[in-house]
Amino acid sequence: MSLPASCLNMIHSGGWAKEARHMAPILEVRDLHVSYSASGGASYAALAGVSFQHMPNEILGVLGESGSGKSTLAASLLKLLPSNGNISTGSIFFEGKDLLCSSASELEQIRGKRISLVYQEPSVALHPAIHAGEQVFQVLAAHESAGKSTLRQKTRQVLASLFPKEADRISNSYPHQLSGGQRQRVLIAQAIACGPSLLIADEPTASLDSTTQKEILGVLRTLRDELGLAMIFITHNPALLAGFADRVLVLYGGRVAELGPARTVLSSPKHPYTRALFQSMPQILESTGNRRKTKLPVIAGDSSTARLPLEGCVFEPRCPDRMEDCRKREPALVNLGESHTVSCFRYGG
Amino acid sequence: MEVETSPSGQNMQPFLRVEKLVKCYERQNVFGSRDRLLALDGVSFAVARETTLAVVGESGSGKSTLGFCISCLEIPTSGSIWFEGRDIAVLTESERRKVRAQIQLIFQDPSNSLNPRWSVEDILLEPLNLEGKLKREETKQRAAALMTQVGLSSDMFQRSPAQLSGGQRQRLAIARALALEPKLLILDEALSALDCSVQAQIANLLIELQRTLGMTYLFITHDLAMAAHLADEIAVMNRGRVVEQGPAEKVLRHPKEEITRHLLAAMPSLDNAERPPLES
Repeated sequence: MSLPASCLNMIHSGGWAKEARHMAPILEVRDLHVSYSASGGASYAALAGVSFQHMPNEILGVLGESGSGKSTLAASLLKLLPSNGNISTGSIFFEGKDLLCSSASELEQIRGKRISLVYQEPSVALHPAIHAGEQVFQVLAAHESAGKSTLRQKTRQVLASLFPKEADRISNSYPHQLSGGQRQRVLIAQAIACGPSLLIADEPTASLDSTTQKEILGVLRTLRDELGLAMIFITHNPALLAGFADRVLVLYGGRVAELGPARTVLSSPKHPYTRALFQSMPQILESTGNRRKTKLPVIAGDSSTARLPLEGCVFEPRCPDRMEDCRKREPALVNLGESHTVSCFRYGG
Repeated sequence: MEVETSPSGQNMQPFLRVEKLVKCYERQNVFGSRDRLLALDGVSFAVARETTLAVVGESGSGKSTLGFCISCLEIPTSGSIWFEGRDIAVLTESERRKVRAQIQLIFQDPSNSLNPRWSVEDILLEPLNLEGKLKREETKQRAAALMTQVGLSSDMFQRSPAQLSGGQRQRLAIARALALEPKLLILDEALSALDCSVQAQIANLLIELQRTLGMTYLFITHDLAMAAHLADEIAVMNRGRVVEQGPAEKVLRHPKEEITRHLLAAMPSLDNAERPPLES
């Protein structure tokens, strides 16, 4: 898919993101700790010391299973944690400004405009009784002060960039009249309408079939290439990141297990968790051979937060390669070169 | 009716045979005119006992409607469903209730198919109490046995579904489906909502149950890799029809139909890691 140049200019009338391409990281998260308080005064840590840098024009794939803290990370970046969530320490620098020190009104200017979020369930995220086009218009109206007719025109152009052939029909449809893939495109239209520089997509393809999944990944990739958007793509399925993400961050138990270039991490993972996770996935060519209907290698135990150890490496209880040191202290991130880092004593820690 | 050969080589009637199944939904729009939607357009296939047939296809190809018709939750418009020698497409409501116990359905999202206000025990006892064959004490024993069978510990009896993890909830849904000793399990995207590492655990459980209980599975999915791993045969659906069916290996290695090649090409795979980034 290629987007008409006029639409792109319009979307990025400020041209901010393109200029920013060669600048410093667009997002820098340092030592982020987030905890949730439960009833009875107990609290548990969802993120414990997550740090990473995100460059403009880059797709960062965040990989993790339920309870790994991946959605908490997305919510923290926008300061949209539920009321029992608390960011205890850390900083989130976005375009040079610490979001954790920003006021509510400053954040309103950033959310949806500079950083936007695409949710998992397009059928829940869209209002069922408002035309799709109107819902994109409302996002623009909330953030931009231009006249109605200008905004209407801009709405049309944003929709035309995602639906080159049928923008008008989609614009005048209710969400239930659209397919899952079309609804997801409408959500993406909302997300890019104000020309953000960072797009966070939280499992955006989880409810779609694989053909539509591929189509949506293609759309996101095009947006990155043509608008220079930086993107954080959160998923539990490593296969989706292959050939899509530039870098991969593997989260386990609220900590960064492994971070590096997508090609390196996906083809030769180093952390025992990443390795075990990849091995547990059926591969189509192997599956059609002798390994069909044999048991898949699984990671023993489960990742429920209640079972995470209080001391030592969080993956230790399930780890096939555990050593003496693993129970005593937490491994530090080790640099394996090529900006590939891994948190495991096997590599030094 | 032609005679099928089972994998073990003996001649036998197919366990499940669907012939020219048609399901047409009609809906009336606000102006009173009727729209017709042909969800199943003459579907025919057979499944041998103790094997797995994977039904793959895009959303809207009719996979789920097929599952609903076979599990007697929807009445097909025409065609027949031969299950253990009788046509279950033309049963009276009371006969249908009996057949339903034999054919159980497992849905994609266990958090939506389990009553959130019930305890694990209530959920497992319900089918047993409805059937009414066992005494009160026996139902409790049976429930405990079911928990063990699916790898849950019986100290979870008093928990609510919300206190279980996604994988544990799907195990519970499987235990409930097994309560009445069905012969056929229809798994409608039963693994799709789970984490990859949990998918492998549940897939292993399904393989084990097939071995120990002699279950037959109809595995409805869009995940071709999992279909290749679990299934003996694969049927590819497109627009309400089965366009291609055969042994899993043959269908995936030598696809005949355009739609099968299309599905294979769209499949996300870690093998792509070495390839250049996706073309837009």
